[in-house]
Amino acid sequence: MNQHTRPNTRPVYLVDGCRTPFLKARGVPGPFTAADLAVGAGRPLLLRQPFPPEAIDEVILGCVVPSSEEMNVARIAALRLGCSERTPAWTVQRNCASGLQALDSAAQSIGSGRADLVLAGGTEAMSHAPVLFGRAFVEWLGNWSRARSLTARGRLLAQLRPHDLAPVIGLLKGLTDPIVGLSMGQTAEHLAWRFGIDRPSMDRFALRSHQRLGTAISDHVFSAEITPLIAPDGTAYTQDEGYRADSDLAQLGALRPVFDRPTGTVTAGNSAQVTDGAALLLLASEEAVERWDLTVLAQLMDIQWAALDPTEMGLGPVHAMAPLLRRQGLATADIDVFEINEAFAAQVLACQEVWSDRHYREEVLGDEPDQAIPDDALNPEGGAIAIGHPVGASGARLALHLALSMKRRGLIRGVASLCIGGGQGGALLLRAEGGMP
Amino acid sequence: MKTLWRIEQDAVDGICRLGIDDPSHAVNLLSVAALDELDTRLDEIESGLSTGLASGPHAHPITGLIIESRKAKGFIAGADVGEFDRLADPSEAERHIRRVHALLARIEDLPIPTLALIHDVCLGGGLELALACRYRIASDDPATKLGFPEVRLGIFPGYGGTWRAIRTLGPVAAMQAMLTGKTYSARQAQRMGLVDRVLPQRQLETGARDLIRAAPLPSRASFSQRLPNLTPVRGWVAQRMTRRTAAKVRQEHYPAPFALIEHWRANGDNSRGLLDGEARRVPELLLGETSTNLRRIFHLQERLKALSGAEVLRPQRVHVVGAGVMGGDIAAWCALNGLTVTLQDLSLDQIGSAMKRAHRLFEQRLRDPRLVRAAWDRLIPDPDGEGLPRTDLVIEAVAEQAELKQCLFAEIETRVPEHALLATNTSSIPLERIGEGLRDPGRLVGLHFFNPVARMQLVEVVQGTATRTESIQRGLAAVRALDRLPLPVRSSPGFLVNRVLMPYLLEAVDLLDEGVSIAAIDKAAVDYGMPMGPLALADTVGLDICLAVADTLGPTLTAPEETPERLHRMVADGRLGKKSGQGFYRYRDGQAVHESIPHGDRPPHDLTERMIFRLLNECVACLREGVVEDPDLLDAGVVFGTGFAPHRGGPLHEIAQGGWERMRERLDALQRDHGRHFRPDRGWQLTPAGLYRGGH
Repeated sequence: MNQHTRPNTRPVYLVDGCRTPFLKARGVPGPFTAADLAVGAGRPLLLRQPFPPEAIDEVILGCVVPSSEEMNVARIAALRLGCSERTPAWTVQRNCASGLQALDSAAQSIGSGRADLVLAGGTEAMSHAPVLFGRAFVEWLGNWSRARSLTARGRLLAQLRPHDLAPVIGLLKGLTDPIVGLSMGQTAEHLAWRFGIDRPSMDRFALRSHQRLGTAISDHVFSAEITPLIAPDGTAYTQDEGYRADSDLAQLGALRPVFDRPTGTVTAGNSAQVTDGAALLLLASEEAVERWDLTVLAQLMDIQWAALDPTEMGLGPVHAMAPLLRRQGLATADIDVFEINEAFAAQVLACQEVWSDRHYREEVLGDEPDQAIPDDALNPEGGAIAIGHPVGASGARLALHLALSMKRRGLIRGVASLCIGGGQGGALLLRAEGGMP
Repeated sequence: MKTLWRIEQDAVDGICRLGIDDPSHAVNLLSVAALDELDTRLDEIESGLSTGLASGPHAHPITGLIIESRKAKGFIAGADVGEFDRLADPSEAERHIRRVHALLARIEDLPIPTLALIHDVCLGGGLELALACRYRIASDDPATKLGFPEVRLGIFPGYGGTWRAIRTLGPVAAMQAMLTGKTYSARQAQRMGLVDRVLPQRQLETGARDLIRAAPLPSRASFSQRLPNLTPVRGWVAQRMTRRTAAKVRQEHYPAPFALIEHWRANGDNSRGLLDGEARRVPELLLGETSTNLRRIFHLQERLKALSGAEVLRPQRVHVVGAGVMGGDIAAWCALNGLTVTLQDLSLDQIGSAMKRAHRLFEQRLRDPRLVRAAWDRLIPDPDGEGLPRTDLVIEAVAEQAELKQCLFAEIETRVPEHALLATNTSSIPLERIGEGLRDPGRLVGLHFFNPVARMQLVEVVQGTATRTESIQRGLAAVRALDRLPLPVRSSPGFLVNRVLMPYLLEAVDLLDEGVSIAAIDKAAVDYGMPMGPLALADTVGLDICLAVADTLGPTLTAPEETPERLHRMVADGRLGKKSGQGFYRYRDGQAVHESIPHGDRPPHDLTERMIFRLLNECVACLREGVVEDPDLLDAGVVFGTGFAPHRGGPLHEIAQGGWERMRERLDALQRDHGRHFRPDRGWQLTPAGLYRGGH
């Protein structure tokens, strides 16, 4: 891609957004499906708009593991939200950055003039991830349905072994890289080893994420971002469930490694939490903003995708942010906030490390090192380690939170970025409306 | 003459389609005109059996007959109830019934396969016609409903239904359907054996032709299903049925189910006996008091339904403020009926518990998980009132505090669109007071729902002095959109329903104070025909609410009464009725623990009269004051709002039946015996005609 030209397109504005509280997956299917979550976030969002849901031109949602009952979950959510039957809707999958991909696709639609008003975002019910039959058992079932005679069936029954019946947890399968055979946690272990990031700094980072989230919660930062969910049993969910006010270093330090046992450093405490949640945003063209007299939150300036060795997928944000800033003629100092998804503490720390590392930037990215990303500017109100990481939704959550926090704090530019399982990175540049270019 | 039935023959397979479209009704009815014309059409079919309907070179013998509706909705909803009222004497009714028997027998005797194609309602006479066909196919649409509702009108099936239902379903299932008047979905009907196939609408016609071509034996009750029809068993089964029916209704109030059981017991051997029994027994019931009164109630119900003109816009979006029991249940009911609802409350937990009740309601009523989810999606928790700017109707159901409501409406008025109707569910605060802070009080109406919302059919539509007629029209339309019965009432304390109930409840408490037992008091009311006794009713409503209503309403009654001390005491002690587990009754798991009437308890001879006459006296006062427009509306309101003994046809009808003069004298006598609580209202001094004209 030509890194010095900008695509000649219409401006794209982020006008509003809403997300559900992120609910901890507790080993059993949670109270909401992915479509329920998207509807839960989308309903209040659409309710407060000056236009009816039928005015939306397109609905795009990211979702990594849609359930078999909710294929093309975006279309299901669109219809349940009261969008017109004639509103096209599609679901995108780019692993951990599916929500960001949805925003990119929406921006493309608006930028190219195909749509004026797009509802985009992501939804994920990780607790509903399917439990699968193993391949051996599926084959056995196939033979069974073909077996006619009693003897053939008897023979098949005799062949069946208990371990054939062992279920495959879809979620674990999905979180393992099929090319290099490492689980996502193991790629984080790899980065920790390569860049010498030790356990205490990971735990400190994790604790800071909780503490920053705690401060933000007590400052009522999320009242503009989170909408409560109500389950059919009447329970109202109002807050992210991952936050632990009582977390401390001793507790974090006592956790055992999950991925490289027994001597690894990546634990459940310094990794993103498995959660259910959805975040939806409204993107609009200039025409739509004028037509409906919408208040603009921020302008979507640019998006960049990058790819790298799957073993080091955690460095994806660096690979995506570097060309993004370069193309926009910006440097670290021009960016007021960085929202980098906290898949693993080790991975974010590694990103921070290589961002200003001359050797890595020159050798691997072939560009100049940038100034370091200041701690204060990185995930200032907590990240996925405390909030949770519903994979399909996180990209949209980061963009929404970034826009809202920039507006609240009167900041001008911000970047949201994620690492992507399989060895990719994505980054988004927002400029607050009213801020100087 | 209007053409109702049209007949066409298919030139290829020779199957005839006989379709009805009754232009004078929204749904097809088996009226005399429809029967007359059916007669003629059957002549045509019978004479064209071998030659076909059309003459000429392409003539084809008739190979089958499909009876269907040519309306988009509804097969046949039953006989024309209005025509029954014009029958002068039992012999005329009997002639009519025997004629329909002959007509249906001709269909049954046709030498070709006959089939009823059922989409949407197929009730009463419509189902009896369908049962005369060899086969029945029903559409799987949720609107498809089959059943014998005759018993609700105080009669039982008379167009051969008792014979053909028993033949098809066996006596137990058939009697159960006819005794309960229950309606069945297409699937339920198929499981019972009432229909042969259930198909999606797109397959109805192909399926009908397929079944006619295949021409299997008609479906009949199995051997084991027929067993209870054997003479020795039948008597025993009938006895059991009688016992179980008697546990639910009283024979002197509702003779029809008992007459039906006896009819089956006596005539169940064969078709001749059953058909003959119908012709003799149904006319008696039809012209009897109960059926006449139940038909009156039926017509009153139709009148309430028709109060809202079809041209008045019905709301599609509703915003409910207050997610307490009433607000939450109103919101749920709105969502169930297809409206998009935003539910606002300060407390999210309150919204949560309302949503929980709503979900249970949706599951009970809709069953299909997709419909449940759609209703659930229509009910939107809205703590910030974001639904206001696009709503068509606001229903306020917050605590009964005038200032709170005033402030709320003043704020709501600034946020809702121009066209939105404002409604309050208040039961005790004058509409004029609530509307004080509004720029346009003419758009404020009362929509007074009753608890439990999902069971109480009536909604009072309250007109304040400032309320515009157009707002009332829209209020009536809103109630119809919710499939409830609207009753227009004037804004006066207690409106109609609470107002007439109050003296009746107070009298029950007075009787209790005089030492009459709870069981005796409630039994007297139930024996009269009330759905539950006054003390059980008070417990259900909640004694705190009763107390509040009694305090405001007591002094305004035609014979004012201060709230009995006992009520104050009970509320102060936390005995609030069903909800607190203890009121007049004790409750275990939500069920009242009934005590039998104490041995040797001799309730006063005028126990029933004392309670009922106070209610009747208040009805006269309401009519005199013009709380409702006319006596029929009053009767409708009291029957559908309080459950007042439907078989009596309404309180004013009851007075008319008893004789105006005689009833007034009786009230005078009660006043002599028991004092000022029985002071006759001034309305009694007018002639009934003068009062009914609205003389004040």
